[in-house]
Amino acid sequence: MSLSILKNSLKKGKVTIKLDFVRSALPPEIEELGQELKKTIHTKFGRSFHIREVDTGSCGACESEIIACSNPLYDIQRFGIDFVASPRHADALLVTGPVSKNMELALKKTYEAMPEPKFVITCGHCALDGGIFKDSYYVVGAVKEILPVILHIPGCPPSPLTIIRALLGFLRQS
Amino acid sequence: MNHSDYVGNILGSEKINIIDLSEIYQDELYVIVDSTDFVKACHLLHKRLDSSVMMFFAEDLRQESQIFALYCVFLNVQSHTWLFVRQNIAQDKLKFDSLAKDIYSASLFEREIREMFGLEPVGNPDMRRLKLHDEVWPKEYYPLRKDFTGPKEDSFKGASYVFKRVEGEGIFEVPVGPVHAGIIGSGHFRFSAAGEPIINLEIRLGWTHRGIEKVLEGKDTNDALRIFECISGDTAFGYSMAFCQAIEKILGLNIPVRSQLLRILCLELERLYNHANDMGGIALDVGFSFPAQFASLIKEAILQLNEGLCGSRYLKGVNTVGGVKQDIDRVKSGLIMGALAKVKKDFIALEEMLFSSISFMDRVDATGVLRLRTARDLGIMGLAGRASGIALDMRKVFPGIYNNFSFKMAKEHTGDVAARLKIRCSEVKESLNIIQHCLEKLDACSPELKMTGEEKGGFALGCVEAWRGPVLVWVRLNTKGKIERCKIVDPSFHNWDGLSFAVLGNIIPDFPLCNKSFDLSYSGNDL
Ligand code: SF4
Repeated sequence: MSLSILKNSLKKGKVTIKLDFVRSALPPEIEELGQELKKTIHTKFGRSFHIREVDTGSCGACESEIIACSNPLYDIQRFGIDFVASPRHADALLVTGPVSKNMELALKKTYEAMPEPKFVITCGHCALDGGIFKDSYYVVGAVKEILPVILHIPGCPPSPLTIIRALLGFLRQS
Repeated sequence: MNHSDYVGNILGSEKINIIDLSEIYQDELYVIVDSTDFVKACHLLHKRLDSSVMMFFAEDLRQESQIFALYCVFLNVQSHTWLFVRQNIAQDKLKFDSLAKDIYSASLFEREIREMFGLEPVGNPDMRRLKLHDEVWPKEYYPLRKDFTGPKEDSFKGASYVFKRVEGEGIFEVPVGPVHAGIIGSGHFRFSAAGEPIINLEIRLGWTHRGIEKVLEGKDTNDALRIFECISGDTAFGYSMAFCQAIEKILGLNIPVRSQLLRILCLELERLYNHANDMGGIALDVGFSFPAQFASLIKEAILQLNEGLCGSRYLKGVNTVGGVKQDIDRVKSGLIMGALAKVKKDFIALEEMLFSSISFMDRVDATGVLRLRTARDLGIMGLAGRASGIALDMRKVFPGIYNNFSFKMAKEHTGDVAARLKIRCSEVKESLNIIQHCLEKLDACSPELKMTGEEKGGFALGCVEAWRGPVLVWVRLNTKGKIERCKIVDPSFHNWDGLSFAVLGNIIPDFPLCNKSFDLSYSGNDL
């Protein structure tokens, strides 16, 4: 059995492909920003800055762009920023979407579960003030009325570059 | 025989009294029957047309005619028509006989009608609310009634939701959500398991409910269009297109060929980036990270291409009522050719990576099986339906400009994760071909992009086969061009139920994989 596996992998050879085009497609500015970001995170947050994301009624495009920040092109992880599965591991809460009535409690609980010091960042027009849904009967209102928000990343949705830039700007001052 | 006669004959055969039968558009037939005949009529058409309930919704017409109207919508694939069966409910009656006992696919719709309009589906075994959660929303406030005013805040204490319970020795529950481990929408999954296998999965949704159908009321079409692009971000284009189609039908606009071509070009681009996303997601959920990352780059490449074409990575701002706002000239066309040649190569490499890995295939084969029979009963739509053997693709039923392109409808029959993956692989190839041919046709096409028409009232249905499945938008405009009522159905609304059946007997660790293979929309479902 194990012999056949070995044979199989030898026969197949290397399956990974060199992704040389990847970095070249990125504006050079992002490398510089990133290196600066890395330094800031290194000194201020003990090497890594962890973010927990919560969707309080988003359309999903904001999530898609946040996920894109971790793809091999932007690879935000290499600068020390990571998205974590539990609020217990997080330094910051990243909120998308207008706050729907159903999500209000979950949002508060997620925030409470985070250890101090903690920050709340909003992402996208919806999270700023409800965006185009602000007059709905089911939208509670801006995240900043529920939690102390320290940074807003504008856009509908903000692109990965916008997100990375905004995080850098924020970390630089804080 | 024309469609009206055909339907008239079916209903006549059971002595159902037809109050009115009118062909409003070539592909939309409205039949009004007595409340007492409604269930029988729907049941008959459901069987004879072999159609699940595609939409089922209410409309508050008390101001004009002291009634609520109820529409149950079926699809006649053979004659390429939508059939709206309507009954009128007197405003003081507030109930109707449930269809759900005979037609499962009506069940969720009835619960929705109940919570939004306060019309009781008598006989529906499940009356729990879907979107207005008991914890935060008091009883007897029905948002989609015209005289709705928000609930009074202070008196409400909050009630609790009752999950279905599986009982017995050794059975335990695993609650997950609404906030998940990943970066994803909000939903609650309640697993009941004995040992490893899942015995029951109850999916509670509605967390991201934003009251979109109400927000749309009173809006003009331009404002509404912006909202449509924000219903489900990954289908921003599909939604705006379905909405525009509905409005164009009402206004009687035949949009220029060029904009028809540009629309399907964008629709196929949307399909491509989402399929790339899911192929990668499926790999990621079995821990096969190289192809997952590789796929994320394909998606990124297409998003960047989108941005280059229209300034938006999610193709927002392209559609407008009467056509499209952005043209694709020779330069942009070259851009697409270049990008897609690369994307095509990458897709082939990705497919190769996945299908040649024995351990990967072992995880996806025979995992999360949704059988044809179940899929039919539930009314599963789109991609997931095709993977279970339901040969339905709206691009074939209502082809429009697609008529100019030959493409094969993807179909599988095993209904497992592998089948849903294979559907994506073959749709990717077809989409790439369609785009290619689109570009060729654009060259020879007149430059006209947009049509304008007289303001007009009326109602119509828009339908687009977006990447997940058909997005349906029914709109009623008043004479001032404002929206009176709008009903939206995302394929996810039907398909979430499919997921809860597909996971049965699978182990909980395979749930993310099953889930990703469906990749349903939270926001499109919750509205
Ligand atoms: S800001 Fe825009 S992209 Fe983000 S959740 Fe809201 S509608 Fe979607």
